Amino acid sequence: MTIRLTTVAAAIALSLGGNWVLAGDKPTDPQIAHIAYTAGVLDVEAAKQAIATSKNKAVVEFAESMVRDHESVNKQALDLVKKLNVTPEDNDTSKALSQAAETKRSELAKLTGADFDKAYVENEVAYHKQVNGALETLLIPSAQNAELKSLLETGLKLFQGHQQHAEHVATELK
Amino acid sequence: MNAVRPAFLALLLGTAALVVPAQAETIEVTIDRLAYAPAAIEAKVGDEIEWINKDALVHTATVNGGAEVLLPAKKSGRLLLQEPGSFDYICRYHPNMKGHVTVRP
Ligand SMILES: [Cu+2]
Repeated sequence: MTIRLTTVAAAIALSLGGNWVLAGDKPTDPQIAHIAYTAGVLDVEAAKQAIATSKNKAVVEFAESMVRDHESVNKQALDLVKKLNVTPEDNDTSKALSQAAETKRSELAKLTGADFDKAYVENEVAYHKQVNGALETLLIPSAQNAELKSLLETGLKLFQGHQQHAEHVATELK
Repeated sequence: MNAVRPAFLALLLGTAALVVPAQAETIEVTIDRLAYAPAAIEAKVGDEIEWINKDALVHTATVNGGAEVLLPAKKSGRLLLQEPGSFDYICRYHPNMKGHVTVRP
C-alpha cells in the first residue's frame, strides 16, 4: 500500500515534466476522490488568501472564480461520494499536495502588491497544470466508477479553463 | 369616396399583414461541460436566445462592452435580441468559453 501511494505521489510530482509513464499501480476510487477534493480545497484557500491580499482587479476576479468553481465541483464531489457510499481515503498524494500548498502559502504571505500578484498567479498556472496532468494521465484513467470518472472529466475541462485564465492574467501582469 | 375607403383600408391591412415579420422565435443554446452548443447561431431581431446551463457551475453570456446574462448553475437565462449585428460573446468567469450570434434585421 505504501509503495503504491508513493507511486501516486511521484506521478503527481512528475506530471509537471509530462514524460511520466503510467505505472501499473493505480489509486483506488476513495483515494482519487480524496485527491481531487483536496486539490479543490487547496485552491480555494489560495484564492481566499489572494482576495484578502491583492488589490489588482484581474487577480481578485480570477481568485473569485476559483472559489466559486472549486466550491461547486467539491460540492458535487461530496454529493457523489455520499450517493456512492464511498469514504474518501487520505493518502500520500493528498498529503504531498497539502504540504506543498502550505509551503506556498507561507511564501506568499511574505509578499505584497505586484510581487504577490505575480507569484500567486504564476503558482496558479503551475498548480492547475500539475493537477490537470495528474487528472489526465492518472486519476481519470484509474477511476473505476463511471460517475466519478465523468465528474473528473468535467473537472479537467474546468481546470484547463482555469489554467488558460491564469495564463491570461499572468500575461496582463507582465 | 365613402365606398372606396373600406376597400382601400382592406388593401392596406392586407399589405401590412404580408410585411409583418415572421413569428419571433426562441433559440436554445445549451451549456454542457463549459461549452456553448451550438457555438454559433443565427437569429433575427425580436428573437430570444435561451441559454440552458446544465453545468453545476455559474456561467455568463457576456458580449464585450454589451449585454450580460448571468446563468446560475442548472438554470437558464434569456436575452431579447433588439438590434441587428454580429456579436462574439464569452463567459466572463471562463473566458475560454466562446459563442457567436448573428442577428439579421
Ligand atoms: Cu463559464
